Amino acid sequence: MNITQAEYGELAKKASPNTKSYKTIPSAFVVGGGICVIGQLLFALYRDLGLNEDSATTLVSISLIALSAILTGLGVFDNIAKFAGAGTLVPITGFANAVVSPALEFKSEGFVLGLGAKMFLIAGPVIVYGTLASILYGIILWIIRLF
Amino acid sequence: MSELLSRGVFRLMSCPSIEGAAAIVGAKEGEGPLGALFDQVHEDSYLGQDTWEKAESQLQTQAVQTALKKSGHKPDEIGLLFAGDLLNQCIGSSYGLRELQIPFYGLYGACSTMGEGLGLAALFTDSGLIRRAAAVTSSHFCSAERQFRYPLEYGGVRPPSAQWTVTGAGAVVVGPSGKPPYLKGVATGMIQDLGVTDINNMGAAMAPAAADTIRRYLEATQTQPSDYDRIITGDLGAVGSELLLDLLGREQIDLSAQHDDCGLLIFNREEQDVHAGGSGCGCSASVLCAHILNEIQSGRWNEVLFIPTGALMSTVSVQQGESIPGIAHLVHLSSKRWPQPEQE
Repeated sequence: MNITQAEYGELAKKASPNTKSYKTIPSAFVVGGGICVIGQLLFALYRDLGLNEDSATTLVSISLIALSAILTGLGVFDNIAKFAGAGTLVPITGFANAVVSPALEFKSEGFVLGLGAKMFLIAGPVIVYGTLASILYGIILWIIRLF
Repeated sequence: MSELLSRGVFRLMSCPSIEGAAAIVGAKEGEGPLGALFDQVHEDSYLGQDTWEKAESQLQTQAVQTALKKSGHKPDEIGLLFAGDLLNQCIGSSYGLRELQIPFYGLYGACSTMGEGLGLAALFTDSGLIRRAAAVTSSHFCSAERQFRYPLEYGGVRPPSAQWTVTGAGAVVVGPSGKPPYLKGVATGMIQDLGVTDINNMGAAMAPAAADTIRRYLEATQTQPSDYDRIITGDLGAVGSELLLDLLGREQIDLSAQHDDCGLLIFNREEQDVHAGGSGCGCSASVLCAHILNEIQSGRWNEVLFIPTGALMSTVSVQQGESIPGIAHLVHLSSKRWPQPEQE
């Protein structure tokens, strides 16, 4: 071909359409914000039921995780996510979906090597590096407190 | 006998015929613009099986059986069977075709496999070594997604340059029936890599290969794009098609009046939300069997170049940051044979 890799890279970039951010950013904001509102409402509800702040916060997370796991199982979550983009991905709901969807998908390879082994295919790295980051954070905090 | 025109480019002097063809697809393809033309549309993505891999095998079984039935031949009349798919180790083909008991060559050319299989079937029959051959390929959206991308229910978002894997299979029976559509030429693709690394932009990765194969065939046969009614690539999609025209334009070859792409023909891109178009081995195969061959048979098109395109990466090579090599195999289809020498 009568073209260099760099030239072709430019050409390919020009030919590839960009994401329509004017559509995707507002929908991510609305859905992501909506999930936070649901969380806040649940928090108020749990407080009204007499739970202390700590327990209510934990229960909100558990409720949202359960909700997105159920919606993933029902095959609805990915349809919402298609519209919402990062709006469903970033909150804790995205994490629940990332665990449940491979669990569903790889069931066909059995409960041990399929479901069990592949369940953390997407969420695994988040857990690994999340744990590492928290260790690092702990060390830094410890050093700071020495002085 | 085949004649070698230049490196990898062959003229098929006996002009083998496509004696039977069949396309079996899924529901989304059935809702597309070619929906009414497919031999069978399956509403159930599992095709009554318990896994998507088995469903894909089932697509191949049904495609070959239907093509054989339409050609009026039995499996034991087929000298060689060329098949491939996208699944690791090509299990779609080996499980789907094991009951048929036909001498079998499993191929991997990614989404170009129909060009590879059909080309080999044409060359083998034209050589006179065997009387009749068959070629089949398939892809399945669900089995491809879980192998190459993410689980189906995962809420990730695809970029606009991404393509949608076609659920479908196409099978052809090639033999000496003497009726159109005829196979007149084959060009074997060369691997081309212009450094595209984006797994969500396969059209861009494959366009250079398509451009190279088309240019080589036109040069070897001393023909122009205007000598053909259609020049149809496999699954370049919207992005790759634009790049193909651009690349060939630089070589003073203008394809714009004849070019079409199976990935653009099979879906309504906007309505069906398939981003840059369809892809997969089943894309070019099912469009060939349901649409292109019909147009030639009916005489609406006379000379057609069919160029399935493939991206030859694996999930491993992509994760290791390698660029994506492309390939494109060309088959020249026609409603007329080459002028035959006088019979003695």
